[in-house]
Amino acid sequence: MVEFGLLQNFGFDVLFKGSNMLRLLQGLWVALRISLISVALSIGLGLIVGAVMTLKNPVIKAVTRVYLEIVRILPQMVMLFLVFFGTTRIFGWNLSAELSAVIVFTFWGTAEMADLVRGSLISIPRHQYESGAALGMTLPQIYRYIVIPQTVRRLIPLSINLITRMIKTTSLVMMIGVVEVLKVGQQIIEANRKASPNAAFGVFATVFALYFIACWPISLLAKQLEKRWKDA
Amino acid sequence: MREEMDNQEVLLTAEHLHKEFDGTVILKDMNLSVKRGEVIVIIGPSGCGKSTFLRCLNGLETIQGGKITLDGETVESGGKGIAGLRERIGMVFQSYELFPHKTVLQNITLAPTKVRKIPRGEAEKEALELLERVGLEEKKNSYPRQLSGGQKQRVAIVRALAMHPDVLLFDEVTAALDPEMVREVLDVMLSLAQQGRTMLIVTHEMSFARAVADRVIFLDDGEIVEEGKPLEFFDHPKTERAQRFLNTFTYAKVEK
Ligand SMILES: Nc1ncnc2c1ncn2[C@@H]1O[C@H](COP(=O)(O)OP(=O)(O)O)[C@@H](O)[C@H]1O
Ligand SMILES: [Mg+2]
Repeated sequence: MVEFGLLQNFGFDVLFKGSNMLRLLQGLWVALRISLISVALSIGLGLIVGAVMTLKNPVIKAVTRVYLEIVRILPQMVMLFLVFFGTTRIFGWNLSAELSAVIVFTFWGTAEMADLVRGSLISIPRHQYESGAALGMTLPQIYRYIVIPQTVRRLIPLSINLITRMIKTTSLVMMIGVVEVLKVGQQIIEANRKASPNAAFGVFATVFALYFIACWPISLLAKQLEKRWKDA
Repeated sequence: MREEMDNQEVLLTAEHLHKEFDGTVILKDMNLSVKRGEVIVIIGPSGCGKSTFLRCLNGLETIQGGKITLDGETVESGGKGIAGLRERIGMVFQSYELFPHKTVLQNITLAPTKVRKIPRGEAEKEALELLERVGLEEKKNSYPRQLSGGQKQRVAIVRALAMHPDVLLFDEVTAALDPEMVREVLDVMLSLAQQGRTMLIVTHEMSFARAVADRVIFLDDGEIVEEGKPLEFFDHPKTERAQRFLNTFTYAKVEK
């Protein structure tokens, strides 16, 4: 059969063996679950931390500055190892790999999100506040109708970029033993080394496609919103 | 008209107004009382404190001494009733600061619906009437970035008018405009003066000042140096500082 031959040549055949495709999808779900929980926490915490960062308090400024620098300098993988292998030994607690991953990604995502929130907030010119005040609006009204809508418009494309970066970076969690989509892929390739030597291409191409399917709609949404708000 | 003005009630006052920025005195012992219906033009060299003075009058700046009152109520930045007082003091800035995420119509109706709490339909009806008067009714659904500078300033004026303010403050509203757009904005202000609106206008447009003012105030180095009726002031300034300032607007013919 020509069709089957083609599948085999490129190593896609392994996907149809047993429950392999289902396992890949389950692996994708593990990766997405970690990212979605981390993203949700990061957005919530980032909004608060970012708003706090606009305060002119020097202590708050110094602390958030250091936090941001640490997150920027430290590779995510080092953070994962530190939390999962390091702290479990020292403090003797029993963190699951998945929880460790959520902690690390939230720690990272919150810093990045907070910086985006801070940047968007301070980019609203002082005159916008004053125009509202001069019309008799109270500070809560100025935030609600003038500042926050403009901040959100600037924030959404930026934070969607962050979200897709976070989803992609979750592939690192296999390094601490979480069986997510990439790890499942490797297992399938290992198991079929003899029968389908080309499985690596088929499996990784599929993983690529799965990541693409997960991130693409988010990018599309970002473009859509950007276009809609370009006038505004 | 000016004789009638003498019997008019006082609307806005500044008494012994003192303003500092970080220890630097910007305004010293400013005294001014504005009657209902009066149009006051404030002129003076750049940096003398004109903008700061207007901003003090509606509480956008804190003051370090003296008192400002509107209709007997004290205007105090950060004070409890400040939003309510600002409702009654409209202000238009030099850099047209419309809300970029809102259409022209939404810019105008935002404060009336949220602050004065009048129904949307009513607010829109009035906004359209006001837009028509400044010749911009067809721009009601445009966004600010689609307007020229002169159009933005006319919308900014309408936005202030929609709050039914008792007094209007204009801070060099034509200074950032291309010359051909200055006229359309000044014409709107002239017609407001004709309607008997109370206005304080900071401007560098001297022939406009002469036409619109009931009283001219010359500010220099944070104090009122001279004030008078426009014709007297422009034709026979009493102080040397005012003479020097007015001379900067005239050019001697080049001798060849
Ligand atoms: N926010 C501020 N902080 C410090 N100094 C200021 C501030 N705003 C204005 N000034 C100073 O106050 C003086 C008067 O400024 P301004 O009222 O803007 O003058 P004008 O409008 O007459 O050009 C200037 O010397 C200016 O540098
Ligand atoms: Mg000024």
